[in-house]
Amino acid sequence: MMDITRKLEILADAAKYDASCASSGAARKDSRGSNGVGSTGGAGICHSYTPDGRCVSLLKVLMTNACLYDCHYCINRRSSNVTRARFTPDEVVQLTLDFYKRNYIEGLFLSSGIIRSADHTMELVIEVARKLREVHQFRGYIHLKTIPEASQALIALAGRYADRISINVELPSQQSLNTLAPEKNLARTESAMGHIRGKIDERYAEKRKPDAPKPPPFATGQSTQMLVGADASTDAVILGCADKLYTAHRLRRVYYSAFSPIPEPSAILPLKAPPLIREHRLYQADWLLRFYDFKVEEIASANAPNLDLALDPKLSWALRNRATFPVDVNKAPRELLLRIPGLGVRNVERIVRARRYTGLRLADLIRLRLQMKKLLPFITAVDHHPAKLGLDSDSLRARFLPPPEQLEINFDAPPTPAMSDFLSVRSGEL
Amino acid sequence: MRTIVIEPEYEAWRAAARRLLAQGMAPEEVLWTDDPQEASLFVRETPAAAVQEADAIKVPAAFMDLARSVATHTDARRWGMLYRVLWRLTRGAERHLLSMATDPDVRQLQDWSKAIGRDIHKMHAFVRFRLVGVDTTTGREQFVAWFEPEHRIVRLATPFFEKRFAGMDWSILTPYECAHWDGNRLHFTAGVSRSSAPDEDALDDLWRTYYRNIFNPARVKISAMQSEMPKKYWKNLPEASLIAGLIAESTGRVQGMLETEERAAKPAPNNTYLKSLHAMNQTEAAAQNHESDPA
Ligand code: SF4
Repeated sequence: MMDITRKLEILADAAKYDASCASSGAARKDSRGSNGVGSTGGAGICHSYTPDGRCVSLLKVLMTNACLYDCHYCINRRSSNVTRARFTPDEVVQLTLDFYKRNYIEGLFLSSGIIRSADHTMELVIEVARKLREVHQFRGYIHLKTIPEASQALIALAGRYADRISINVELPSQQSLNTLAPEKNLARTESAMGHIRGKIDERYAEKRKPDAPKPPPFATGQSTQMLVGADASTDAVILGCADKLYTAHRLRRVYYSAFSPIPEPSAILPLKAPPLIREHRLYQADWLLRFYDFKVEEIASANAPNLDLALDPKLSWALRNRATFPVDVNKAPRELLLRIPGLGVRNVERIVRARRYTGLRLADLIRLRLQMKKLLPFITAVDHHPAKLGLDSDSLRARFLPPPEQLEINFDAPPTPAMSDFLSVRSGEL
Repeated sequence: MRTIVIEPEYEAWRAAARRLLAQGMAPEEVLWTDDPQEASLFVRETPAAAVQEADAIKVPAAFMDLARSVATHTDARRWGMLYRVLWRLTRGAERHLLSMATDPDVRQLQDWSKAIGRDIHKMHAFVRFRLVGVDTTTGREQFVAWFEPEHRIVRLATPFFEKRFAGMDWSILTPYECAHWDGNRLHFTAGVSRSSAPDEDALDDLWRTYYRNIFNPARVKISAMQSEMPKKYWKNLPEASLIAGLIAESTGRVQGMLETEERAAKPAPNNTYLKSLHAMNQTEAAAQNHESDPA
């Protein structure tokens, strides 16, 4: 019999290649008035960080690392010689509660290798969530990985206990899957995502009707992961796939995970250094799609299907679209302000509010702690009128090449919440 | 010039500020201090000494949020700055002032408030509860944690723990104030020293096992870790003792992976589900080929 420490070693190690760590976006609930523990609904908290710069937010483990499938990027595939282990549902329940009560974690992210069948595996995973919710009144965060081939009834049940459910796309095209993950099928994954989206939409629609009966609880969001660098897909293909998932199935997040060496390399997929900068650029591009109203073709097109690794994608776009600049920070509409390199969503809001009362000067922008060096060629202000961006493309580009260490930015970390998350003021009276 | 000595709390500042505002005292004429040393040099003014009760003064709700947060900051200039912004919002007729993130005073308050928000967030993240016993009458588990916040945030930060850990008894001890929850009531007592809190929990080893194994040695990014988990927190985090070792051995571990002989694919086992899956994949592939067939 393997002891719990040994199982945890194997089943955490087996789970670490899944990049998802989010514990935000859940419905508001907490443990007041119960004998249990747990709360969700805030911004989500990273309780620790490992030296890979990743946030430790959830207890992320597999139920078992035995697997029938043979995905060549995965340490758990059936062709790997890794030691296999299996938790009982009670062991995972106990670990989750013990870790949660010590404030090590926000909750549980449970996934599993596929054993016997999709439905059998889903049942094991669901049993853990059911016990946590129903036996222990656990109100913390639960993220369950689901299997596209599992029955709709089981996916509905998983969604009832979980705050988030996910299915990993892994690779953005069926050709790539055929070579590297022969059991997986993109069409089936998408159809399962469509089904989940339907359930999530139902939950929100029912909630809005005041006299309708309470809808059955269901997760508030779904997410997925795509591997980067395991196959030959370009950034345009990866971002196109992500964009489709955001619009067609309204995913909360697409995670990009640089394919990184595993201790059990496959003859079909030789190991190489993980493309970390590319992964970082993809996250930046993803941000532009979701919060800055960019279209995939503006970021990665058929002519230039891969992102510039040396510059962030917004700056790259600006350098390719010089005629748009300079933009007047005192007059330009919000959509145009969002296109200025070095200007984020929050600072755009600040500028829009402040300029109602005053003409903005460079000193004002400096006080907002904007990245002036990046910004200056692209804007006009009351006391700043740059020459038209007439520099030839290479020298202008060279001017922005950053020192390499600036590339390390952690996009997994949720933003620090605003004060209003902690305070509630009842009146505006002093 | 008037010197106002107050308890270092939002309510004390608010009471004094109301009075001063009613009396029309301009910000330049007031010196604020909450330093007990200085305090002994001055006569302490109490709210009871107020000449007349001021009419309610209308200020934006956002200012109240900001003031409550900034009040917990350790910077001695915060009281004066809060009063100056309050003055400008009311007597100065700059009601829109808080919309001006470009104003130096507003900027300063927002910076302080941001530091407080971060401090609270880190407290929510890095408090580590240790099991100390079980209440024999109620059967509730009892936990104690030690934390060293940078600012006086215990009262702002602890309602979160009440909601999250309602089902257990807990105390969070800090050098200047402690918070306690017994299932019914959240209450506060004076600060204590580090030695009052337990050092270890039986689960810490299992937690370290998890931490060691969730780390991916192939993507070391130390600066990203440290910007979110600065070293000053490490001494109270059970997992932090592993960090140096994990970094040191990472290169060797990756080298080991690169030198491992590549595994050939094994044939599919005899499993009904897998067979049905492969059959399904073949039908779908055939259907797709057919669709793209121009004939
Ligand atoms: S299904 Fe594929 S990715 Fe998932 S555990 Fe099995 S081999 Fe790994």
